[in-house]
Amino acid sequence: MTDAWTAVGTRGRRIAAYYGGLGLLTWEVVRNAWLPRRYVHLVVTGFDDIGVRSLMVAGTAAVFTGMVFALQSAHYLARFGADLYVGPLVALSIVRELGPVLTAILVGGKVASGITAELGSMKVTEQIDALRAIGVNYIKRLIVPRVWAALLVFPLLTALADFIGLVGGMFIAVYERQIDIYLYWNTIFYWVVIRDLLTGIGKSFFFGVIVTLIGCYNGLDMTGGTEGLGRATTATVVQVSIAVIIADFFLTKIFLLL
Amino acid sequence: MGEVAVRLDGVWKSFDGQVVLRGLDLEVPRGTTLAVMGASGSGKTVLLRLTAGLIKPDQGRIEVLGVETTPLREEALLPLRRRMGFVFQGAALFDSLTVYENVAYPLREHTQLAEPEVADRVHAKLALVGLRDIDRKLPAELSGGMKKRVGIARALALDPELVLYDEPTAGLDPTNARLITELIEGLRAQGVTETSMIVTHDLEFARVISDRMAILIGGRIAQIGPPAEIFASRQHDVQAFLAGQLSA
Repeated sequence: MTDAWTAVGTRGRRIAAYYGGLGLLTWEVVRNAWLPRRYVHLVVTGFDDIGVRSLMVAGTAAVFTGMVFALQSAHYLARFGADLYVGPLVALSIVRELGPVLTAILVGGKVASGITAELGSMKVTEQIDALRAIGVNYIKRLIVPRVWAALLVFPLLTALADFIGLVGGMFIAVYERQIDIYLYWNTIFYWVVIRDLLTGIGKSFFFGVIVTLIGCYNGLDMTGGTEGLGRATTATVVQVSIAVIIADFFLTKIFLLL
Repeated sequence: MGEVAVRLDGVWKSFDGQVVLRGLDLEVPRGTTLAVMGASGSGKTVLLRLTAGLIKPDQGRIEVLGVETTPLREEALLPLRRRMGFVFQGAALFDSLTVYENVAYPLREHTQLAEPEVADRVHAKLALVGLRDIDRKLPAELSGGMKKRVGIARALALDPELVLYDEPTAGLDPTNARLITELIEGLRAQGVTETSMIVTHDLEFARVISDRMAILIGGRIAQIGPPAEIFASRQHDVQAFLAGQLSA
């Protein structure tokens, strides 16, 4: 029994240390948010790493999500003679939830695990200590540019994924269910308001920051050499997915209140 | 004794409950080279990292180049670190940057020099460590000895007042180890490095390179003095260390 309590205590301390560390890193990022001009190119590089190289992942997931959602919803809406509303249903689901969440989980997992691997290997080879020894603020140099890039890229990727998802839904609606293409878009524009779009895009700002901070923290905090690096990278993918889903619930509550 | 470059007073440091340094006291006067020796795991590298402010002591006071570093946050330590050079055991070169970019890095970060001036300084530092025509090579394309020399060139890029070397000859074949020894000796003789702290386990290297040697045993400095004095020590634990009969 004592052993069980000790194990619970140890695990609890580890979890508290993890979230405490993540919170401290977030605070350090806020304190160092202003970047000197010589680091601006790092944000642009982050655009490429996070955004351009994730287009295929985000686009593929979005188009098939739109298609499968249109397939399912059209099938069941037809029972009530409401299959004409497949457009708004697909659009609301994608724009408010599936677009931002799936993009954050898929792109976030890919991006954050890459960040963890890169920072972790820099830590193992003492390159982060070398930066510090040279007198470089490593938070400003390594973390903040990535957070800025994610903050800007995730909403753009989400907007793109939303559009691609709607196009995917359109293909199914038009070619599989013979719904008129104008009706599909007209019903979407009628039922989906700007607030729905902003809710999804608004979430993606938070997701971008959460994903990047988890990736960075796990890389900086990793221990145990190359084996530890593998563990940290895997943990990042899991933690990003869980964090996005949990954050999505709270953000949805907040956005519904606004 | 002149001005002190590094002073540690009653420094304690432990990791996961294991005490490494136990109230260590040490002074390194300006213009001198100190070799810190001790068995593996005795805390030599920890001592060096504490001096650079890369880790914090649990207790005690550390003063480097006239600045008390113990209470300072990371940002406040950065200007001080620009006055120091740190040569890592594994060189710790930035693996995505070329040799040129590695040595230019501190200059681009901390000076307003135009690129031609940066290039002149980089080439001068590389020449100082005996390297030429390797500007475009990546660290992965270099031998262990070359990496160490690039690491030294990078550490010297900002003309530091204090250079900290972590096991500069470790992992090198005898020829490369001799080259590094001669290089560090040459830098000192030319006045390129004013004050140095060198952590090493290589007795012969320490004897050749240093003005004073400090033997670290049991988390404290067991003896400190000129190499001749250390090699003639009558202290039992120092004798045991020099005879290779002491483990951490």
